Amino acid sequence: MTWSWDVFFNVIPLIFKGLWITLGLTIACYAFAMVFGFFWVFMSRIPWKPVNWLFRWLAEFIRSTPPLVQLFFIYYAWPSIPVIGVALNPFAAAILGLGLHFSTYTSEVYRSGIESVEKGQWEAATALNLSTKQKWLHIILPQAIPPTIPMLGNYLIIMFKEVPLASTIGVVAMLHIANDYGAQYYKFVEPLTVVALFFLLLSYPSALLIRKLEKKYNRRFDKRTATL
Amino acid sequence: MVAPIVQYKNVRKAFGDVEVLRGINLDITPGEKVALIGPSGSGKTTIIRLLMTLEEPSSGVIEVNGENLWQMKKGNKTFPADEKHLRAIRGDIGMVFQHFNLFPHMTILENCMLAPTIVKKKEKATVRATALEMLDKVGLADKVDLYPSQLSGGQKQRVAMARALMMKPKVMLFDEVTSALDPELVGEVLEVIRDLAKSGEMAMILVTHEMDFALDIADRVLFLNEGVIEEEGHPEEILVNPKSERLQEFLSRFTSSR
Ligand SMILES: Nc1ncnc2c1ncn2[C@@H]1O[C@H](COP(=O)(O)OP(=O)(O)O)[C@@H](O)[C@H]1O
Ligand SMILES: [Mg+2]
Repeated sequence: MTWSWDVFFNVIPLIFKGLWITLGLTIACYAFAMVFGFFWVFMSRIPWKPVNWLFRWLAEFIRSTPPLVQLFFIYYAWPSIPVIGVALNPFAAAILGLGLHFSTYTSEVYRSGIESVEKGQWEAATALNLSTKQKWLHIILPQAIPPTIPMLGNYLIIMFKEVPLASTIGVVAMLHIANDYGAQYYKFVEPLTVVALFFLLLSYPSALLIRKLEKKYNRRFDKRTATL
Repeated sequence: MVAPIVQYKNVRKAFGDVEVLRGINLDITPGEKVALIGPSGSGKTTIIRLLMTLEEPSSGVIEVNGENLWQMKKGNKTFPADEKHLRAIRGDIGMVFQHFNLFPHMTILENCMLAPTIVKKKEKATVRATALEMLDKVGLADKVDLYPSQLSGGQKQRVAMARALMMKPKVMLFDEVTSALDPELVGEVLEVIRDLAKSGEMAMILVTHEMDFALDIADRVLFLNEGVIEEEGHPEEILVNPKSERLQEFLSRFTSSR
């Protein structure tokens, strides 16, 4: 088999269309994971042991099973379960599956951020008579979240690289397009190379950006000292 | 006889199996300045944390203005206090911590403005004016836009006091507020408390190891030992003519610094 530049340049626009689907799916999954991550955190903070354990165990279960299995379950198995079964289109199933899987990671990140806020901050907030909601909104989260931004950014990149899993349940994004093209013309190398290039082109600068963020947020409070 | 603003009635507190407070009875009248002294681990911090609702007593009753802090009445039934009940009473109490506990993500001014703005829902411009006045009073008028990390310990503690004063508490709690400070910064913080004590109708409970200071500003001194108030009375009585042997022994450790 020989490398063909013609094929290479022909598939670029085709796969570029898929890039938007991949990006859209990444963002949708990520948004789901970011929001739902808080759900796990709050469930595990309910001061009632059984609920607490149930959700901790559930999160642990989801975290330690492969996302591919979860995707298959949601897309193929769930609709056939009586009463609670729901048939989702591939895109929705992918968002739910990958979003849910990654929410168990973001929740750990949030948890570490929240635990890094000193106990004295809660106490000062109580002494000033803030309500529970006000404590979270004004005192805890503004201190807990910024240091986790680099970690959250890392998960965004990892998520981006996991999204091709969705092609297995029929989401027509970059990988799927490349595969179809290959099957049709018996040319796999060029389209798959293009897919890899697109991933590299997006992942690498993002990784650099995150390293920058890391520096910025690690020095967040020191920097203010430096301006004195 | 004025009604007490704070009452502890046979208050006990245990952490696990360890009983830290063993039956505290204490009345504080409005405006009274009470110094709480005693060896480390005797339960001084726990006493004031109970009033600030940072800990819950194991048994006994704490009342503020005659209202039971940890129980509420509905009709003629009583229930454990909920957040609303606690918040209603807590408004009268303020606290300054040993380690300041300023909010590091906010400027000095924002630290002072937060609670009056969001808890009391006062107008921002008014709160700002009061905060600037308050910060001026504690000698930090030129620091209002800095962040806590840019201040010295003594300055941080003065901000913490201004922040607590912004809520106009009727009782202010001080937990060894100078013991985390470098020796040369202690004076500036004591000075602020002294002014407050002399000018204010605010009641104060001060946990302190500064005996001269206690002698100077307190109306009453309590000596706490192993979870009980072992001796109490007028500062002269307690600090100059201690009766119990344990108090004498305790005070003798401070003679070098007096
Ligand atoms: N949250 C807690 N859990 C367990 N033990 C505690 C806790 N807080 C205080 N203690 C214990 O209670 C005792 C009294 O503590 P504290 O009130 O801080 O004393 P003081 O302020 O007089 O030094 C100490 O032995 C301390 O170890
Ligand atoms: Mg203490």
